[in-house]
Formats: sequence, structure tokens, C-alpha cells
Amino acid sequence: MSEKRFKPNTIMVPVPSRSIVPERDAGRHPVLETSHLGIEFGGLKAVDDVNLAVGPTEICGLIGPNGAGKTTVFNLLTKVYQPTNGTILLNGKDTSGITTEQANRMGIARTFQNIRLFNNMTVEENVTIGLHNQIKYSLFTGMFRLPGYWKAEKAQHKRAMELLDIFDMTSLASAKAGSLPYGAQRRLEIVRALATNPSLLLLDEPAAGMNPHETEELMSNIIKIRDQFQIAIMLIEHDMNLVMGICEGICVLNYGRVIAKGTPDEIQSNPAVIEAYLGKKKEGGK
Amino acid sequence: MKRKYKLFIGNLITYLIVIAAFVICQSMIKNGEMSRSMRGQMVPICCYVVMAVSLNLTVGISGELSLGHAGFMSIGAFTGITASAWLLARFNIDDKIIRLLLSLVVGGAFAGFAGFLIGIPVLRLRGDYLAIVTLAFGEIIRNILNCLYVSLDGPSLNIAFNSADIPGKMLIKGPTGATGNPKLATFAVGFGLVLFTLFVVLNLKNSRAGRAIMAGRDNRIAAESMGISVTKYKMIAFVTSAVLAGMAGALYGANFSSFAASKFKFDTSILILVFVVLGGIGSIRGSVIAAIVLTLLPELLREFDDYRMLVYAVVLIVMMLLTNSPFVKSIVQRITGIFKKTEKEDGANV
Repeated sequence: MSEKRFKPNTIMVPVPSRSIVPERDAGRHPVLETSHLGIEFGGLKAVDDVNLAVGPTEICGLIGPNGAGKTTVFNLLTKVYQPTNGTILLNGKDTSGITTEQANRMGIARTFQNIRLFNNMTVEENVTIGLHNQIKYSLFTGMFRLPGYWKAEKAQHKRAMELLDIFDMTSLASAKAGSLPYGAQRRLEIVRALATNPSLLLLDEPAAGMNPHETEELMSNIIKIRDQFQIAIMLIEHDMNLVMGICEGICVLNYGRVIAKGTPDEIQSNPAVIEAYLGKKKEGGK
Repeated sequence: MKRKYKLFIGNLITYLIVIAAFVICQSMIKNGEMSRSMRGQMVPICCYVVMAVSLNLTVGISGELSLGHAGFMSIGAFTGITASAWLLARFNIDDKIIRLLLSLVVGGAFAGFAGFLIGIPVLRLRGDYLAIVTLAFGEIIRNILNCLYVSLDGPSLNIAFNSADIPGKMLIKGPTGATGNPKLATFAVGFGLVLFTLFVVLNLKNSRAGRAIMAGRDNRIAAESMGISVTKYKMIAFVTSAVLAGMAGALYGANFSSFAASKFKFDTSILILVFVVLGGIGSIRGSVIAAIVLTLLPELLREFDDYRMLVYAVVLIVMMLLTNSPFVKSIVQRITGIFKKTEKEDGANV
């Protein structure tokens, strides 16, 4: 007999437990899974032991009091910060060590809490930046205006208009992004993120600064995006009407830790959540 | 669509300014209305315009302050004259224009390669640090070229460092620089190079790569989140800018029978940066005009004699103040407003 032993080449991947996804996504692989995700800034644990799973077509909410670490979680997911603990699986693939732009190409797109549009560019150009990896042509094709350039630019224009049409913004296409009203800038950021063809869209306070009417419209648009593109959406929001109205799964953070996970009804009646938001009831004080 | 039309018109005006300037100068030369010293300035002006436009690609469009642009120019100049002499000896290419064009290509290629090498460490830095390091690299290039000896022995090139002990006809003699070069450069080729530079830079600005470069400049985090590899596109801008500077350098070298590495000192980098800043950072047309005006100005100020540089400095300061004063801005706005009004009415009808 030879000394050779059977050596399996199978790559083992971690599978987080204790996570929930909508029933319709049960048979499919979650688009995002994190296990024991955490980051330390010089001893301060800004985010600690976060376990999440987001189904492929789930609308998921991430809520919590100010300073709870919600945006930090987004920054970890998009690799603006590299996590010091735990793993992030995007479509089942490990994302450790990759950069922000690689994370985007793997299917994660985001908007920002403080709007980060390219203010000096037009609305359409902002969307075309999002289409950067979707419609490609080489540097020399662009430099010397080869036939491929005109074809690609035409396709790009068409696609940008289609995307802008979701939010009825086609009429603003040639306006400077910086000159738009606040609500329109937020919508443009969502369109720009959608242009990168993500499988998971992260929205950081999409309704901030919007009036109730605009928020209502945003809610129906978020559902429309989910249905039309069949993607998962994860959002941070302080407007509880929006969160309770459209989110299927909600995760509550406080001091960088997950204090509750569940459906909107469960979250609303969860004592830990009420304590985090309203404070502890005084002993015996009624 | 309307925006694209506007953009097209803007670019067209830039091209037309350059073509008009060329036609005027050419006719003046033909009629003998131009002085000898002015005629000698024509090719250097073309070089400086190319330098200013290419530096604007790094400073204005890519948003990185580079203070070592003259370094790339010197690489282009030295490799350019070496290439043209070697081409004559090796392949017996007698046609001056073909030799000049080939030496432009060689100068651009070497400068581009140097830009790539320098870009690897430099583009990891931001802001002031980047400026300081590019300054240092510009000086390093100059000092290396100061010690370089190149000779042509039949069809083969001999290159030595810090020693003149090489056989054959000397092309580059260390601190003395390149001497006895044939004067290949013509105003027409210079004009062609300016048009080529404008074509490349303006097209790059309005293409996929150009938008990615500007996105990285405007908001790095947002650009990265959109899947744009910012460092890669900054490198593309830096190398393109170096290639064009190398071509300008090759043309510059082919215009003088002798020049030394000390010609491409830190002052030259700053001079080109002055063109870019006064022409307006990010404005290609402004760079062209500023480069032309500010190169001609010392020539036109000859009658002030000893006070020439003083007047030059005063003109620079006045230009700087005027372009920033609210009063002048309001006048300019009022003038352009007359044109814009009619445009808005058109827009309302559409």
C-alpha cells in the first residue's frame, strides 16, 4: 500500500447560525451573512459580535439610538473599515482583505448619511459613474473616439435614463447634482448606487430631511426597487413609520451590540429595545 | 443632449483659438512682420502650452498638485535628441520630420515609463506630501541627467554614468548637457503637438476614464464605493500627463542646438504651474491662453529693460487679483448673462 493518504480539497466555509431570513428566501443562500463581526478603534469596541443574515430579496432594517454603531456596520460591510473580528460573507463568498471597490464589484452598493454626490457633475454623469463597471470601453477607445466609444456612450445614456426614470428624475438629467434640492439629492444617490448593479443595497438614512409625503413616496419606491431588481435592501433609519412600514426583518443595535432581532411586531414589544430607546423604568416608580 | 452640444462648442472654441493663433503667427512670419527673437519663441511657446495642458491634467482634472513636471520634460528632451541621432546613424533616416516625430514618440514613451515608476510611490500620498515628493523626484531626475554621458559610436549607443570615458561622438556630456544637436523642430510640428495634446486631454476628460478620474478627485470614498479603482485612474492621469510632458520636452530639445539639465530646474516646474493656476485650475482653454501670454510677456516687456522681471511680477499679481475680484466677476457674468438669457428661452421652448 502506498503511503499516500486521502486528502480532501474541499474548502470549508463558515455558516452562521441563529439568523433569520424571510420565508420566501428560505431555500436560497442569504446575500449577506456576518458572523461575530466587530471592529476596535484603539481598544474601543465600536461594533462587537454582530451576526446578521439578509435574504436575497429581503428589506432589512438596522436601527438603534444615536452612536450605536449602525453606520460603522455599513462601513465594515463596504470595507471602508477593515473589520478586526469576524467574517462577512457576500453571496456566500468571504470578503476579508478586499477593498471598497472590490466589495462594490462583488455586489454591494451604498448611499451615505451625509450625501456624497459628485456635486460638480450633472445628474446623468453621476449615474454614469455608477455604470462605470457595467458599460465598459478601453482608455484608448475614449481618448481617440473609436467607434466603440459612441456605441457605449449611447448605451450608457439610455441605461442612465432608465434608472433615473424610477424616481421620475429624467427631466433633471442635465442639472448639476449640487444644485438639486435635498430630497432629490438623496434619491439621486440611490439611483447612482443602483447603477452599479448590486445584489445588496445599503441605504444610510434615506428619509433624513424628507417631509412625510416624500417619505411615503420613498417607501413605495424602495419596495418598487426590490420587486423590479429582485435585490436585498438594508437600511438605517430613524423614521419608525418607514422602518415598521416596509422592513421585514429588523436588527437593533446599541453600544455596538445586537440587542434584538426579529419582525417589526416583535421589535416593537421587545423590552430591551424599549429600554434602549426610552431608558429604564424606575424601580417601583409608577 | 443639450449639454453635449454645449460641451462640443466649448471644445471647438479651444481648438479654434489655437488654430487662429497659428494662422496669425504663420502669416506674420511669411510677411516678415515678426522679429527674429519672436520667431525663436514660437516652438518654446508650443512646448509650454503642451506642458501647461498636461500639467492641468494632473493638477486640475486628477486633483494632485505635482511640482516635478519639468523632470518629465527633461527626460523627453534628452531621450528625444539621443533617439533622433541614433535613428540617423542606425537606420539612416534622413527625413527631418519623420525623425522628429519618432523622437517625440521615444521621448513620450520614456517620460511615461518614468511617470509610471514615480507614480507607484507618489500616488500613495495625498495633498502637500504628494507635492513635496514630486518636487523631490523632479530634482532627482535632473541630478541623474546631470551625471549622464551618452555617446554615439557608429550605430551603437554608449551610456556612462559620471565618466566621459566613452568612445564615439558625444551626444550628452553630463553637466554641459547636449550640444551640437541638429535643429529639427518646426513651428508646424509644434502646432501639431498642441492639437494632439488638446485632442487627447479633452477627449480623455469627457470619457469613461476621465469621469472616473474626476470622481476620484471630487469624492474619493464615494468613487470607491461605486467600484472605481481610484489609484488606477490617478495613475492613468499621471502617466498620460508625463507622456505629453515628455513629448513637449523632445520638441523643446530638438529646437535648441545645445541645452543642459539645469534648464529643467524646479523654477521651470513652478513656471508651468503658474500657467495652470492663472489660466484656471481644470480649465484647458485657460492653460493654453495663460501659457501663450505669459511666455510672450517677458519678450514684449523688453523695452522695460532692467525692470522687465519686476513688471512681469506685477502683471502676475494684477492678473491674480483681477481673476478673483468680485467686481470683475460680476462684469464678466453680466456679459455672459446676455448670451445665457437667449439660451434659457430656447430651453423653455424645448
